[in-house]
Amino acid sequence: MPTHDVLVIGAGLAGQRAALAAAEQGVSVGILSKVHPVRSHSNAAQGGINAALNPGDSWESHAFDTVKGSDYLGDQDAIEVMCREAPEEILHLEHLGVTFHRNEEGKLGTRAFGGASAARTYYVADITGQAIMHVLYEQLMKHSDSVARYEEWFCTALAMDEQGECCGVVTRNIADGSTQLFTAKAVILACGGNGQVWRPTTNALICTGDGIAMAYRVGAKLMDMEMIQYHPTTLAGKGFLITEGARGEGAHLLNAKGERFMERYAPNKMELASRDVVSRAEQTEIDEGRGFPDGTVALDITVVPRKRIHEALREIVLVGQDFAGVDITREPIRIKPGNHYTMGGIKTDVDGRTDVPGLYAAGETACVSVHGGNRLGANSLLDTLIFGRRSGADAAARAKRIEGSRPARGALEAEQAEIDAISAREKGSGRRVSEIKLELGTTMDAKVAVFRDEAGIQEALETVRRLKQEAESAYIDDKGSVFNQDILGAIELGYMLDNAECTCAAALERKESRGAQYRTDFPERNDAEWLKHIDMQRGDDGPEISYSEVTMTQWEPQERTY
Amino acid sequence: MAEYTLKVRRYQPESGEGAYWEEFKVELDPSLSVLDGILQAKDREDGSLAVRCSCRAAICGSCGMTINGQSGLGCKTQIGHAHEHANRRNGGGEPIVVEPMGNMPVIKDLITDMESTHWKKIRRVTPWLLPHGEAPEREYVVEPESMIDITQSMACIQCGACVSSCLSMEADPDFIGPAALAKAYRFVGDPRDGESVERLHDLAEDPHGIYDCTHCFNCIDACPKGVAPMDQIMRLRRKAGEEGIEDPNSGHDHEMAFVKIIEKKGTLDESLLLQESFAPGLKGKLKPSKRAIKEMLASIPTAIRGLRSGKMRSLPKLIPGVHPKLPDGAQDDVKAIYEHAEQHREEFNIYIKGEEDVEPEPDETATEETTA
Repeated sequence: MPTHDVLVIGAGLAGQRAALAAAEQGVSVGILSKVHPVRSHSNAAQGGINAALNPGDSWESHAFDTVKGSDYLGDQDAIEVMCREAPEEILHLEHLGVTFHRNEEGKLGTRAFGGASAARTYYVADITGQAIMHVLYEQLMKHSDSVARYEEWFCTALAMDEQGECCGVVTRNIADGSTQLFTAKAVILACGGNGQVWRPTTNALICTGDGIAMAYRVGAKLMDMEMIQYHPTTLAGKGFLITEGARGEGAHLLNAKGERFMERYAPNKMELASRDVVSRAEQTEIDEGRGFPDGTVALDITVVPRKRIHEALREIVLVGQDFAGVDITREPIRIKPGNHYTMGGIKTDVDGRTDVPGLYAAGETACVSVHGGNRLGANSLLDTLIFGRRSGADAAARAKRIEGSRPARGALEAEQAEIDAISAREKGSGRRVSEIKLELGTTMDAKVAVFRDEAGIQEALETVRRLKQEAESAYIDDKGSVFNQDILGAIELGYMLDNAECTCAAALERKESRGAQYRTDFPERNDAEWLKHIDMQRGDDGPEISYSEVTMTQWEPQERTY
Repeated sequence: MAEYTLKVRRYQPESGEGAYWEEFKVELDPSLSVLDGILQAKDREDGSLAVRCSCRAAICGSCGMTINGQSGLGCKTQIGHAHEHANRRNGGGEPIVVEPMGNMPVIKDLITDMESTHWKKIRRVTPWLLPHGEAPEREYVVEPESMIDITQSMACIQCGACVSSCLSMEADPDFIGPAALAKAYRFVGDPRDGESVERLHDLAEDPHGIYDCTHCFNCIDACPKGVAPMDQIMRLRRKAGEEGIEDPNSGHDHEMAFVKIIEKKGTLDESLLLQESFAPGLKGKLKPSKRAIKEMLASIPTAIRGLRSGKMRSLPKLIPGVHPKLPDGAQDDVKAIYEHAEQHREEFNIYIKGEEDVEPEPDETATEETTA
């Protein structure tokens, strides 16, 4: 039974940063991930990372932009922490070896990004997430004597002690199929978002909401689960992401008539309004017949100088070429809003602590909430690093303070029984797991997307509940132990359905339009009744809803225009 | 929509059987990927078909595999192209052949053991920054180009396609290999790293290091991210040469021999090439050094074998002074060109793309893709 002081689940940016921060405190750390760490989805963050580090810029300005971007649902104390600590984090990464873009003086250079009042996005071409994550992985290799890596281990449940504190995890070693109990004095969930609940999505196949579901199942509170970001520029059908950096570099959005339609929706910021605003504008153009017949509008990057495109948007050139057959330096590319980011998640404080003692969460899995109703571009990497680091440090402090406890009896056996039951289902006893996933994804994309209404969300919720029942008898083909991806898929489906149910319930509950939640039946923001978080906890018949206040420090809600 | 046949090399470790071929019929748009095809087969027909994959967009590096004999990413290879490639030479009945990556043990179906091969080699090159002294209060101030330069290596997603295709590694499994050496260049070329010279010595003196590469270009073809690992290896070699590190293949001396002969003679007198490559003449003169004479005598058996087998046919060319003079003072013109290039520090190196703003023709790149 492997034992560590701090155990981190998930090895993207938040997880790796948490592990390194915990190790710095001299405690023993294990980091466990269902894929090799460098396969984690933080790779996909293309555009950059925000920090007010330029002379003349201020963390207050960054914080205000974030508050406004969140449609005033973000907790301002948390946003202040994130923006204040951002510059130091960027410098830390630079010192570790991240190859950030330089200006002509050889100092860190920035690019413009959506919803920001200053150019404060630091970047490595358009592979910023990848560049940072690979550098953190270098550090994990460097510190391999203080951080044990468990690569390709899948978590099936959190382990709890008799007092209801989290004291470990139950995992499956993917390589040999063995089930093992890991114990720890603190567990940090850093498992990313739940994009796979929607189809198409920009998210990787691994983004199945594992952390959110595992925490929910042991009674942790979730928050802002209705807030799902649709990114304005994704490839139709396939869901691939075209970085906001393209618009940051000056690219235009055009409808089928060639009009730069953002003039009508955000006359000041144009293409660089916040993502919810741009996605709604595009969807409106498409719905009102001004898009292309394939349900898209165009992103015109040809207005950016070719040399600059090759230097700063290298990845997008490849995406256009390989996945759309378009040379973006010569012609516009067809795009549409697509599922992208989970603003909500496990409710935490600014040190990553959840409602469950011993359980922490950081990154997209968590909801601090710094993004509120809408995340600004280039704030997600920042969120993962700042709150990854803070969780790691606080978890280490807890580990030094407490005596370890033992998981309640039967934790391992219960999980093993669950897995055996899935394996035992006979072919033809129910639907295929893949069929249920497909129905879930298309339903959510149709009903719980950019524009929502009560009837649609209700319909989605009913579908999700039916699929939950069907999942109980869904069968798989692979009966083996080594790399049985079928078993993992069945468990992931369960995670996805829990996520979907919570999102539907929260979207149904919030009877107003704020940030990413746009209700056509309640098209206005309603601060009097809805300037509050929707919290959710697992009950006997699905999620139980409660509310919590939004923390205000210095910014009163205003009308939001760009 | 079109129908394709995927012929997959499968291996189920718990079956007790060896590897075998299985064909899957899939139906999808030609613009979708080979990985999409495999996932369709897995979703609809056989969930035990094992393949690592995640992003589907060539950024996570999970789905390295061999398609029609070519190493690459399943998600970045369009299935329509792969089908055309499989059927270049006949009517269209050939399946798309999918196999696990090469140079790595297979665990199950398309899943290979990257830990014991790829990652072990990555760790071999001390893959983290080793700055000297205290970090500055703000950022390190460095040439903007230096960051763009090493960003080419940073673009590596550790998919292993280059390792899979590496012929040198096939011959010498201990070769550090293209991915790890490209990673090494990322530090050697980083002005913030304080141990670039030590790294170069380490990589040059290892018999399985930078001089183990045979310039086959396979890794450049295989790399889905344009990292061009062989280019990075050549840069390491050049930097090692600049540091005066001895090259066991005499590669650096060989390169410099060309330069010096052109500089002195204005033409390539091949009779001088061998002696200069073995050991440069003293004080820049084109006179064989003691060591060069020794090495040349030692290579007589090779020369005789070459003559016997017909591989060496121009013996007279090896006799000093026989090399014909170029007409009309052309040799002086060549010397002048050399001098100009030297004074202006102009680089002529087929491996290294300089700062010039030359972009590959899009058609060229597209053709490369179809063969992937």
